Parts: sequence; C-alpha cells; structure tokens
Amino acid sequence: MNAVTHPLDEAALRCTGLGLKVRDAVLLDAVDLEVRRGETLGIVGPNGSGKSTLLKLLAGLRTPTCGEVQLGSNALRQLPRREVARRLAVVEQQADTSDAINVFDAVALGRTPWLSALRPWSADDHAIVQQALADVDATHLATRSWRSLSGGERQRVHIARALAQRPQLLLLDEPTNHLDIQHQLGILRLVQALPVTTLIALHDLNQALTCDRLAVLERGRLVDVGPPLQVLTPQRLQATFGVQAHYLTDPFDGAQILRVRSS
Amino acid sequence: MTGSVVRGLLACLALLLAILAGVAIGETPIAPSVVLQVLANKLWAAGHLLDPIDEGIVWNYRLTRALVAAACGAGLATCGVVLQSLLRNPLADPYLLGISAGASTGAVLVALLGLGAGAITLSLGAFVGAIAAFALVALLARASGPSNSTGQIILAGIAGSQLFNALTAFLITRSASAEQARGILFWLLGNLSGVRWPSVWLAVPVALAGLAVCVWHRRALDAFTFGSDSAASLGIPVRRVQVLLISCAALVTAVMVSIVGAIGFVGLVIPHAMRLLFGTPHARLLPASALGGALFLIAADVLSRTLIKGQVIPVGVITALVGAPVFALILIGRRSAR
Repeated sequence: MNAVTHPLDEAALRCTGLGLKVRDAVLLDAVDLEVRRGETLGIVGPNGSGKSTLLKLLAGLRTPTCGEVQLGSNALRQLPRREVARRLAVVEQQADTSDAINVFDAVALGRTPWLSALRPWSADDHAIVQQALADVDATHLATRSWRSLSGGERQRVHIARALAQRPQLLLLDEPTNHLDIQHQLGILRLVQALPVTTLIALHDLNQALTCDRLAVLERGRLVDVGPPLQVLTPQRLQATFGVQAHYLTDPFDGAQILRVRSS
Repeated sequence: MTGSVVRGLLACLALLLAILAGVAIGETPIAPSVVLQVLANKLWAAGHLLDPIDEGIVWNYRLTRALVAAACGAGLATCGVVLQSLLRNPLADPYLLGISAGASTGAVLVALLGLGAGAITLSLGAFVGAIAAFALVALLARASGPSNSTGQIILAGIAGSQLFNALTAFLITRSASAEQARGILFWLLGNLSGVRWPSVWLAVPVALAGLAVCVWHRRALDAFTFGSDSAASLGIPVRRVQVLLISCAALVTAVMVSIVGAIGFVGLVIPHAMRLLFGTPHARLLPASALGGALFLIAADVLSRTLIKGQVIPVGVITALVGAPVFALILIGRRSAR
C-alpha cells in the first residue's frame, strides 16, 4: 500500500484559533482541531457550515485570516508548497477537466511534488502509480480517457492520484457526493481501509458514524469533537441540523443506525 | 530516451523541409537545389556560381521571412498552450484575450511617439501594452462573475480587444501621417513582408527562450489539469507560476506582434490539433505545438504570397480563415462533451 508509517507521538495535523473572514462574513471562527496519526476523522455539519473552508485552510489552499495550522512539527505556512504536497494530499469535491487526459496520466500527476529537473520520471514512479491504481481497484481503467469515466470512477481516480503523492495525510471533501449508493459505500470502504491518516468531510450522517472520531461544524464554529456515538446525540442533531433523530439497532450486525425525521 | 531523440530529429527535419519549401515557393519559384546552394554559399562559403538576384531573394527576403514565420508560429502556439492550461479555458489564445491588441497599441504608441523606433523599443512598448491588456481583461473577467466560467474571460477578452483596437485607431488617426497610417494598418493585419535579418535575430531567440521556459515548467502546467487548487495541492506555487508563465506568454506575443503584427488563431488552432495527435502531457504537447505552429505559419505565409497572383494577402487573414472555423468546432465540441 502507499503509506508511510510514523511514530504516534504527535498530531499529524493541528489547527489553533483558525478563522477565515471574507469581507464581513465569518466563514470559519476560531477552530481548534487535532487530527491524530492513523485515525479517520470525519467532519460533519449542515450546508454552509464551513466544512470545505476548513479543509482548504488545513490543506494550505487558502490563507486564514487568523490562527495557525501545524503539519506535524512544522507551521504549514512556513513549509514550501512542494514539501506540503509530499506529506498531505487533497481530494476535492468533483474536480473536473475538459482535457482529454487518460487515467494513468491523471494519477501520474500525483508524482509532481516528487519530480524535478534533477529527478525525472523513473521506474519507481511508474510502480507507485500502478500501486495507487491497484489500491483503488482501477488498474483496468489505466488507458481509459477521463471523459469516458463515470462519477464513481472519477472519484476513485482522484483518490489514486492523491495516493500517488505518497502522503501521510489525506484530506477528502465529500468524496461520495453525487455518487450512487453502491459507489458511495465503495469509496468509503476504500478510504477507511487506507493506512493513512484521513480527514474527511461527509454529508451523510450514517456514513459519518463509521469514522473513528467526528468533528461537528455549525455556522463556522466547531461545536463538538469525539467518538461518533458520543457526538451525534439526538440533542446535537436537533441543535445543529434541526432534525429529530434516534438510534435503531441493525438486527443484522448490531450496528447503530440513525433514523432522522424533520422536526 | 532513444524514442524522444528520434522524434526530435524528425521534428528538426520537418522544420528544415518546411523552411526550404517556404523559401523555394513564391511568385518566382526557385529550385530547392538553388536554395541549398545559396545556403551553402552563405553558411560556409561553398563558392557555387549563382545568379546574384536569386541569391538575394533567397537570402535576404524569403529565408528571413520563413524563419520569422517559423519563430512567430512556434511562439504564438506555445503561448496558446500556456494560456489554455493556466486559465483552464480551451478558447484562450493571445489574440482572443486581447493580448495581441494591447501589444499592437503599445507598439504603435512607441512608433508614433518616435521613442527610438528600434526593434527592441517597439517590443518593449508592445510588452507593456500586452501586460496592460491582460491585466485589464483578467480584472474585468474577475469582476464580472464566478471565476471558473469559461465564457467570462473570453467576453472580457473581446471587450479588451475592442478597446485596444479603438485606442490604436485613435492613435493612428490623431498622430500618423497618411503614409504611416497605411503602413501601420497593413502591419496590424499580420504581415511578414518587411522582415529582414534583424527581425530574425529577435524573433528566433525569443521563441526558443519562451519555449524553453515553458518546457522547464511542463510538470507545473500538467498539474493545472484539474484546476489551480488541484495544482496547489500538488505542490505548485500557483501564483508564482501563473505570473511567470503569463508574463512569458505576453512577452513572446509582444515581440511577435511588434515584428509581424497581430496574427490571430495560431495559438488556438495548433494546440488543439496537437492535443489530438500527441495527448495532453506538456512534455510532448509544448514542443509539438511549437513545431506545428512553425509549420502552420510557414504554410500560411506561402499561401498568402501565392493565392492571388501579384498580390500579398496579410498572413493574419489566412490564419483567421483557418482559425475561425476551428474556433466554431471547439465551441460545438465543448457542448457535446458535456
């Protein structure tokens, strides 16, 4: 697998007092969050609560108005972009292209931060791309053109591209959006099986229950972090999402399921 | 590796053959063997006995013309590739974005003010005009709506082109003598008639340097495939690369415009054709487009001299006649790709 293991002593990614203001609108307000090595941390919240904004700030794609992001032991803004990209990969929500690029070349883009004039494309890079394709079960797509792929296949290729960066950390922004249910589950299973630290924004609360921990955003503020069942309480769902909810137990495997009604 | 060497040699061969054809074909055809003998005489004093008029035509008129055409075509096609990749817009082209119009205004201003009408000062004026035009167009596109809609910057480019063309016309009417005005208007349509060796020494190095800078950044250009956020997450210093490469494109465009006027559509037609033939990775696309642009403009120049007997059509007219239908095809193709 494409993974680099590291000592478990420090947080993989941490932000303190992170905020973003655009004109007078506060998109994100004083968020303190720590992503532990090896965990899958889910971010949930209603539309417009700042999930994508938080991911963009954590990835260094936007500059915060205040606060600090710490990647491992370094301040994110002091690291060169290339160094960040070697440690942290991002899967955006539905990044598309009109170019007639083929799948192998799209995944090969993930090697960009590792290549330079002095270190050209090598057999190792080729093997890493092959491995990344295999990891997302997309080896058979390698020669297909991007335009011919379905939404689920495209998302898998994006994840493969991110894996080809050989990151320690993977940030995903609602990767299951607009996919049919089979592909949603496939992508989630895939992401959770990856041996990298994962931060994932999710829309579906039942899917979010499968994360190690959850962070809840509400109008740009982080209102709770913790194990899913402790965080997504009926009170929280009422307060943040404005829905009535209670848990059912799946007789098939004993898992907890959220049953949600509009209040 | 050997494959790319072979491809490089084939590319050079194709370019040499095209230049040879460009020199040989014309109102008075000159046999390719004579062309080669002239080159041999000039390059290593081979001492072939030739008609001095033929020799003059080949060396001072046709060869310079073919070389400048090749450099311009290569430069403009390279600019097209870079603009399309960085702006994520298949219709981006120095001409359509108003960069050429801005360069024309800058060059005309310098020429009319008589600020030392050398090739370098003309180019500098054109460069300032090109940058000003692109800045205006980019600001207008940003102010007019969501940054990613492809139509926006093209509309802004049309507005920019119109504005700078009007400025140019105003400058000419206000300050140029009738004779100057005629010359400038002919040059504006794209014209290779006046080029001599000094133009070659400006156009060829600039085209090669521009290509080299872009090829050096080929991986960065590849990384923009899925947009600038994606490029940033792949470790590209997005703003720095954009400023550098767009300035480079503006400079190449400006130099070409100051030598031959605003030739449109090369930067649009050639990159699209080359993507179909060689795929999207810039390591191949950039050299292929430069070569394709060179061949295209040499061919367009030959056509412009031979299509109507005794008349020279501005080469920009030929490229537009080819380019406008391709523009339409791209528009239609985009709809069906959705």
